[in-house]
Amino acid sequence: MRRDIFQAIADPTRRAILVLVAVNAMTPNAIASHFDITRQSVSKHLRILSECDLLAQKHDGREIHYTLKLEKMKEIDSWLDQFRKLTEKQFSQLDNVLLNIQNQQK
Amino acid sequence: MNLHFDFTVNKSTATIYITREFAAGIDLVWDAFTKSELLDQWFAPQPWRLETKEMNFTPGGRWLYAMVSPENQKGWSLVEFLEINPKTLFTSRNAFSDENGNINPAVTSMNETQFTPSGNHTTVKIAKQLPDLAQLEKFVAMGYKQGMEVCLTALDKLLADKQPA
Repeated sequence: MRRDIFQAIADPTRRAILVLVAVNAMTPNAIASHFDITRQSVSKHLRILSECDLLAQKHDGREIHYTLKLEKMKEIDSWLDQFRKLTEKQFSQLDNVLLNIQNQQK
Repeated sequence: MNLHFDFTVNKSTATIYITREFAAGIDLVWDAFTKSELLDQWFAPQPWRLETKEMNFTPGGRWLYAMVSPENQKGWSLVEFLEINPKTLFTSRNAFSDENGNINPAVTSMNETQFTPSGNHTTVKIAKQLPDLAQLEKFVAMGYKQGMEVCLTALDKLLADKQPA
């Protein structure tokens, strides 16, 4: 099942996992040690994040390490960028309104 | 004229910080953010326009408005004002709604808008906190298409202005 990135980051634990694996590749046990939740629920979060294509797996012998797939995270940045552009547009319209009012007052 | 603009995001708190300087005094800039007859002139990105149905800028009051597309499609939003400190700051809860102001509780943001005068300029600082960053998609989705149109319209206008008379 494909999930979308916005669903993935809606959960605070999953956001925290992303922050952890962004810094270091980590095994599921190492990730679980940072949270007061069961190993099963960590596995569930890892599965969801993997399904969203946010995590890459690296096999090191018998161990699996998870790392962040950076290019996927850029989707949020692209939304933020759109929001920034929209804000800039609104404010340049406000510049014109302010200028017109000030000119009328002169 | 180059006016200071800053846009930063704290992803861990899902808060967007926007700072913008305006070339006008505090009285006028405050009015532009708080009076519907002025908001109607700039808040909707062209070619959309703003239509205010209700505006009561008092603590506990609300602003109910629609973004109206060139095809006359309306997207309604509700701003509920919480704290108002005249010409200094106001806080609000912003949400998408229907035309009667019934909000979609899944998509809300808490906003603080601060005003700081400096000579004949005014700096506005906005902090917009979303329950989580995932909601940003919904906030932007409506603006996305019109945003692209806006860029092109602005470019057309710029080119037209540059033409010799």
